[in-house]
Amino acid sequence: MLRGESVAKFSEVPSPFCGIGIDDLDVEVDGSKVSITANACAVTSAGFEQPIGSAEAKISGQSVSLEQAVNKAAELLSSAKQSFIGGCATDVSGMRALLAVADKSGAVVDNMKFNATRNNFLAMQDSGWMNTTLSEIKNRCDFLLVFGVDLESFAPRFFERYLWNEEPLYLTENTARKIVYLGAAPSGKAATSPSGQQPDVFACANENVPDVVAALSALVKGKTLAVEHVGGIAVSTLAEIAKQLQEAKYSVVTWSSSTLDYSHAELTVQTLCNIVKEINNQDARCSGFPLGGKEGDYTANQVCGWITGYPARVNFNKGYPEYDPFLFDSQIMLNDGQADALLWVHSYNVDATPPETDIPTIVVGRSGMTFDSVPDVFIPVGVPGIDHAGHSYRLDSVVALRLKKLRDAGLPSTADVLQAIEQAL
Amino acid sequence: MLTKLTGGTVYDPASGIDGQIQDIYIEDGKIVAAPEAGTPLAKEYDLKGKVVMSGAIDMHTHIGGGKGNIARIMLPEDHRADPVIRTQLTRSGSGHAMPSSYVTGYRYAEMGYTAAFEPAVLPVNARQAHMEMGDTPILDKGGYAMLGSDDFLLRMMTAKKDQQAINDYVAWTLNATKAIGIKVVNPGGINAFKFNQRKLDLDEKNTYYDVTPRDILHALATAVKELGVSHPLHVHGCNLGVPGNIETTLDTIQGSGGLPMHLTHIQFHSYGEEGDFKFSSGGAQIAEAINKNKNITADVGQILFGQTVTASGDTMRQHANHAFASPNKWVCMDIECDAGCGVVPFKYRDQNFVNALQWAIGLEIFLLVDDPWRVFLTTDHPNGAPFTSYPHLIRLLMDKSFRNDMLATIHPEAQKMTTLASIDREYSLQEIAIMTRAGAAKLIGLEGRGGLTAGNFADITVYTENNDREKMFEKPDYVFKDGELVVQDGQVVHVTWGTTHIVKPDYDAAIEKDLTSYFDKYLTMKLGNFKISDDEFTEDGRASLTVHATQGGRL
Repeated sequence: MLRGESVAKFSEVPSPFCGIGIDDLDVEVDGSKVSITANACAVTSAGFEQPIGSAEAKISGQSVSLEQAVNKAAELLSSAKQSFIGGCATDVSGMRALLAVADKSGAVVDNMKFNATRNNFLAMQDSGWMNTTLSEIKNRCDFLLVFGVDLESFAPRFFERYLWNEEPLYLTENTARKIVYLGAAPSGKAATSPSGQQPDVFACANENVPDVVAALSALVKGKTLAVEHVGGIAVSTLAEIAKQLQEAKYSVVTWSSSTLDYSHAELTVQTLCNIVKEINNQDARCSGFPLGGKEGDYTANQVCGWITGYPARVNFNKGYPEYDPFLFDSQIMLNDGQADALLWVHSYNVDATPPETDIPTIVVGRSGMTFDSVPDVFIPVGVPGIDHAGHSYRLDSVVALRLKKLRDAGLPSTADVLQAIEQAL
Repeated sequence: MLTKLTGGTVYDPASGIDGQIQDIYIEDGKIVAAPEAGTPLAKEYDLKGKVVMSGAIDMHTHIGGGKGNIARIMLPEDHRADPVIRTQLTRSGSGHAMPSSYVTGYRYAEMGYTAAFEPAVLPVNARQAHMEMGDTPILDKGGYAMLGSDDFLLRMMTAKKDQQAINDYVAWTLNATKAIGIKVVNPGGINAFKFNQRKLDLDEKNTYYDVTPRDILHALATAVKELGVSHPLHVHGCNLGVPGNIETTLDTIQGSGGLPMHLTHIQFHSYGEEGDFKFSSGGAQIAEAINKNKNITADVGQILFGQTVTASGDTMRQHANHAFASPNKWVCMDIECDAGCGVVPFKYRDQNFVNALQWAIGLEIFLLVDDPWRVFLTTDHPNGAPFTSYPHLIRLLMDKSFRNDMLATIHPEAQKMTTLASIDREYSLQEIAIMTRAGAAKLIGLEGRGGLTAGNFADITVYTENNDREKMFEKPDYVFKDGELVVQDGQVVHVTWGTTHIVKPDYDAAIEKDLTSYFDKYLTMKLGNFKISDDEFTEDGRASLTVHATQGGRL
């Protein structure tokens, strides 16, 4: 940290917002105002530069002390028969404290992105997968199949950092990589190589994605198809993609569980994972690479994994964690009147407000969060990686970034607040 | 606050005490000398007729890190069958093969264990390993950082960098990852798998790097020795699980050139290929080689029958064995130009010839290695069996008739292929105490642990003598951790937080220049963000670091 007269400067700042583990940001902090001065992208700027709000805790919109708000939150949770903790978007310590509250109060813990991530977990818990991580892609990947997702809108710097790096260890040059989009088209030019080579793009309608992946799977297994087109894509094209996957030295298939937005998309994920496994059984190397990890979703699942044995949709109501990826969907519980108190935890994004509901609502949220309906309790907190140090998992669930403290705006951490609530229960 | 443990029968191999009746005094977390007569006692425990040992130490158990968490998340059905309910004192969680972190701490403590060491810490995943272990109560812990398939080392070796440079890199890794030892897993093999090599023998070259597993073992074992790290290079050898791999293992021992090496889960590396099924026991030969080569230590990695899950850094071998997954699901990952992992659920069956013989081979090794200071009691949790099966394993070692009764129930062809029935040895309590306490502390280099004389930390376990050794060891009367009573009658009565044991050998800081440029060019995080800082342990107020001495010097 270099301190000017009033502006503090930081380098090599890690981002918990983007999922792809960016940790090369230069950041300036002027008072409470945070600006990224180098290596910004749309996702990191939106995350770091949200203006700060009041540090005052509120009960029904009226300012109170932190202690009063904590006690009120504990009272609401204690008097509930079945509370749930939604959002679950925080750092490792925040998640640890959140699980302690849930354990003590018998709550459901439900990460807000679980319905999307569930597509991955169901596939993994049914048949498993073979995956890779960012540095392997950066140095080995010679064929990238981007499946059903606009990769650069998910992560604007993905190509720049992990594919168009100047000197991959095991490729003669970075342009020796081939990029193919299947099922969705890129929104910009990030996938065009530095030498101008454009990706092959074979988009299709979302409802045709399952058919396309099934056809690709059959072709990889050496089957012949009795049709010429599947979902508007020529079978010969799919056969070519299958061949490219098989002939590459280190092919990678990437997808986003959140853009596979249809019922039973887990079957699509499973088919993709099985394609990858099949190619590895054909004496070639191929790996999967699921996208995600923004705003603490993989952090929630990892911490819940080691503390309970399950990913982050568990119910503690019986005194032990019960995992059900469908039953404990908090939106369904709300719709069906199965929950009678809500604790919403979101340390990263002022726009990520709780679902509309009539049940008592406590919000532990990023300072600056505003609401259409005033919650019973609102406790503003600092952001992991801005207001306090912490840890956040990036999308490969392997690397936990060490987040830095950049400013002191007098905001408590999510862990501080949740530990206080747990103590007051 | 003086506590007296009165009249127990003490087994303390660290000081040569073998079943003598002695009093032990505890003050401020440590064992102290007998005070002057008349000094008031805050508390006295009458231990007449009880067996007293120091707290047990598991020197190889997968309790923290990414592959274990994959195993947890992949097996909800295993957890559902073993829910653990919250109490006033303890957190809820789930158990069986890969328990949740809190349950891991409670169940170890309830068996009389006070320390456990994660043997496969991928440097890039070390934060996670420490965070999981940080949520594991009561136990002391530590980790061995994995090297040997990382591209940085293989590039150094291909470039013929000298041993001093390798030492600097190894020391830097130990510091950056907060580890207490170095492990190598299928030396170079995890890396070779990324280049689509499916097997790698001891003298086989990586197709990209000009390096063999033997070269890697030599470079790393030398580095560990020259840096003065107490724990010898922790070796998960080549060809795990392959029939005939005994040749590789014997060659590894012969090729160690007298350098200290710890061969881990050696049961999985002790297979011949004789007989109708082309699978036979190499237990006797391996034990003989260990007996002869005093620089070699080993833990067994005993398998026990039932459902478990295997979690290993050895992607090459885990992928090769994926067809045995039961239930049929498995995960392999290539990780960060660093290493990899493979998670394959497994059900060992006593009526399966191979599994039955694996069981016998492990026991043969235990019983045929003469020196209990050089062989350690492990199941390679959860790979051979969950750690909760240790009391059963202890009974198998201490009770010949029980062992032979069990032997009579396994696959008949496996019975014919093992000499187990003819081995009369029964482990003594003192030998169990060596393997699980004094020997383990010595092997890892834990100062002040694993012994019961004054000056040691008061990690103490008290059992009721019982001829059924399984019953005896599964439910201690008392367990003290750093002088505090944490378990009574096999139940946690108080929750404490152990320390994390590390070493911090010196190195030439110039290594960071090469590393910084390597990280910037090829890896995906900044060097400064990779290194784990002390405050990551201390900021939550319950964890701590204990640094053990290293005394190095060029060979």
